[in-house]
Amino acid sequence: MKTLSVDHLLGIKNLHKEDIELIFQTADNFKEVINRPIKKVPSLRDITIANLFFENSTRTRLSFELAEKRLSADTINFSAASSSVKKGETLIDTVNNILAMKVDMVVMRHPNPGAAEFLSKNIDARIVNAGDGAHEHPTQALLDAYSIKERLGDVVGKKIVIVGDILHSRVALSNIFCLQKIGAEVKVCGPNTLMPKYIDALGVAYEPDLRKALEWCDVANMLRIQLERQDINFFPSLREYSMMYGVDKKLLDSLDKKITIMHPGPINRGVEITSDVADSKQAIILDQVENGVAIRMAVLYLLAGKIKK
Amino acid sequence: MSKPKSILNREQLNITIHRLCHQLMENHSDFSNTVLIGLQPRGVMLAARLQQCLDEIHPEFNVELGSLDITFYRDDFRRRKNPLVPSSTQLNVSLEDKKVVLIDDVLYTGRTVRAALDAMLDFGRPSSVELLVLIDRRLSRHVPIQPDYVGHTVDVVAEERVTVEWGDNERVILKA
Repeated sequence: MKTLSVDHLLGIKNLHKEDIELIFQTADNFKEVINRPIKKVPSLRDITIANLFFENSTRTRLSFELAEKRLSADTINFSAASSSVKKGETLIDTVNNILAMKVDMVVMRHPNPGAAEFLSKNIDARIVNAGDGAHEHPTQALLDAYSIKERLGDVVGKKIVIVGDILHSRVALSNIFCLQKIGAEVKVCGPNTLMPKYIDALGVAYEPDLRKALEWCDVANMLRIQLERQDINFFPSLREYSMMYGVDKKLLDSLDKKITIMHPGPINRGVEITSDVADSKQAIILDQVENGVAIRMAVLYLLAGKIKK
Repeated sequence: MSKPKSILNREQLNITIHRLCHQLMENHSDFSNTVLIGLQPRGVMLAARLQQCLDEIHPEFNVELGSLDITFYRDDFRRRKNPLVPSSTQLNVSLEDKKVVLIDDVLYTGRTVRAALDAMLDFGRPSSVELLVLIDRRLSRHVPIQPDYVGHTVDVVAEERVTVEWGDNERVILKA
């Protein structure tokens, strides 16, 4: 009998290796469940979950919603665009109003780093961080590592390069924490202007040359260029970015080994990767999406197990 | 802790398993429409043992065997101190119109079997469902569930624990 060491999933940084292994082990079982004819189990039928999205999202929100429904939880959805947040309500007021409707868990995406942690300290519900600004996106990192494990058999000793906009990316930070905790080696690659200062303090090397990075790695995780977070120009043009840091089939085939290509989505086809790469057998982009549901079911199940009624 | 008391030794356990196999054969003839399902984690070993024994008696039978994990269907989720870690479910056949035999090692409160009935229905609607247990802890049921095939019946108090051990030293013991 095992349990998570945390009461909320705020980030990978405060998880232990054993927590990640427990989540993976539980996700294996949920992956079997979601491939059955009846893809639903009754575990969380007395739990209500609020999905609070203060920032746009398609796949993460759908993935969480599906995971909740597969576990038989009741769900309510909230997006900031159509809410009273626009009328000036504070975050705690908004959430407390929702909790007054007897909600047990909150899945939240918010543009401000630390929003999930702030909430966990101020309200009485289990919090799952679905992305807080450029800070962390823990479930994405878990599903990425889980997908690597599924494809390569193991993560220990594997070499993973994260390519693109590391500076604005919560996916990159959570991925670095997660992969390092379970024994993988991580490098980052991309334009110098999109690298955070002190990235080496995390034990991550910077490789400015894409070709060298790809030759080194087993897996390349191609991050999306987040134009919405870039208020100044970090590179001259998208065309130049894709020439320097985009992966096409020619480049992939010229390597002396078959590396695995990942992308957290949504893909800017022709920018980070070309269509023939995205649709090739080396890409596991759609496996990542499928595993996302299983991973989120595991996280919700394990956290809900800590709610005493 | 006092010394464990033996309920069935290796030889007695072997005789009981053979008897259960013959009782199954009475009702399932050649097993062509039957699926044996072991309940995770401990019923699976008994189910495998029964299948092996049936295979020795009638090698021409092709007895289908599956395992079912009921963790996500339990009614005591969040009432326990820690959530249970699930085991795997391996059921590669549809249960639609099959004769299902649910198999577990010890029947106690009946709650596991209740959850198993729920879990099983997600794989189709069987034409009939029976329950086989090696040890029936009589008079301790919380729900109205009774076995169709029983290896051995015991009357023990709640504090005592009945354990079935498999492997080289197969036996059933009672620990205080």
